[in-house]
Amino acid sequence: MIFWQLFIAFLIPGVLGYGGGPASIPLVEAEVVDRYGWMTTQEFGEVLALGNALPGPIATKMAGYIGYTEGGFLGAAVALLAAVGPSLVLMIGLMVTLLKYKDSPKVKNITKLIRPVIAVLLGVMALQFFVESADEAGIAETLLLAGASLYLLEVKKIHPAFVILAALAYGAATAFI
Amino acid sequence: MIHQKTRTAGARPSRVKLNAELFAAFFRVGIFGFGGGPSSIPLFHQEVVKKYKWMSDDEFGDTLALANTMPGPIATKMAGYIGYRLGGIPGSMTALVATVLPTVFLMVLLLTILQSNKDLPWVSSMSAAVVPVVGVMLAVLTWDFLKKSGQSLGWGKAVLLTAGAVLLMEGLGLHPAFLILAVLIFVFLPFNKGGGDE
Repeated sequence: MIFWQLFIAFLIPGVLGYGGGPASIPLVEAEVVDRYGWMTTQEFGEVLALGNALPGPIATKMAGYIGYTEGGFLGAAVALLAAVGPSLVLMIGLMVTLLKYKDSPKVKNITKLIRPVIAVLLGVMALQFFVESADEAGIAETLLLAGASLYLLEVKKIHPAFVILAALAYGAATAFI
Repeated sequence: MIHQKTRTAGARPSRVKLNAELFAAFFRVGIFGFGGGPSSIPLFHQEVVKKYKWMSDDEFGDTLALANTMPGPIATKMAGYIGYRLGGIPGSMTALVATVLPTVFLMVLLLTILQSNKDLPWVSSMSAAVVPVVGVMLAVLTWDFLKKSGQSLGWGKAVLLTAGAVLLMEGLGLHPAFLILAVLIFVFLPFNKGGGDE
């Protein structure tokens, strides 16, 4: 039963994958390539490469596409539900519970103490993006794009969507030169 | 966790308007988020805190922290929860569909048209140019959190906690979920008086 298999294949990475979608990709590969044999490692790598080049969450792009190739639109729906559903229900349940104690001074203290942790998480991620860019596009190109986007976002206060569009246009233009 | 339903007080938008706004906000997050869910966090911040003011900075930080302690894709946890908080289960569905479907559709369409994914130099070149932009957006958000941290805890304590977090997560490779859980447990310990004294 393909729908059941799809459900299980994407449920496991969704429940075990800590650190967001990108962290769960090896788990998806283990199910899709090693366990069910829907794709070869090579094919999986190609789909992942295109998935990474397109916008949006990677886990759902992979689930939606593989679900679609194995089981049509219903397959895509089943795979997406399995990837997204369990962790979302958990999240809502926990947040609703914490909301009940929102006036407790202890709960109010959480906000203060958790901020530095979040700052570090975001800072590390920022660093990873700069390193990745320097590896792929070179340091000069990275500095140019980072400097320009910092200026546009923070000095000119331009909406991030337009800055991203500008970067996309720049990338497309340089590919054809 | 001082979450209040900020939008229920005062002029409450109609259900249709709310769902339309949720859709527009998370559609933009999905379609402009290059580099997977975690890299779209600054875009969530832009829409949820700055544009629509559905949450304060603090509430956003708390939600992000909680989302990080749980498994599964981060973008759908954020979108699904924020949608749920504002518009119940229908709001949650709207937010999820807006975050996920456009890019899944794009993926299926592109891969189906191309049969197999050959090299698409212009597609990968476009995405490569966005990487440093995302880096800057994340760095700016990092600075926001550090600044707020310094203001509320005092800079001494904030720097100490930040350095501790760097050491534990990057030096010792501790998973962030454990660190966040440890903070939660610490706050609820009986000897911690907590609240209002700093």
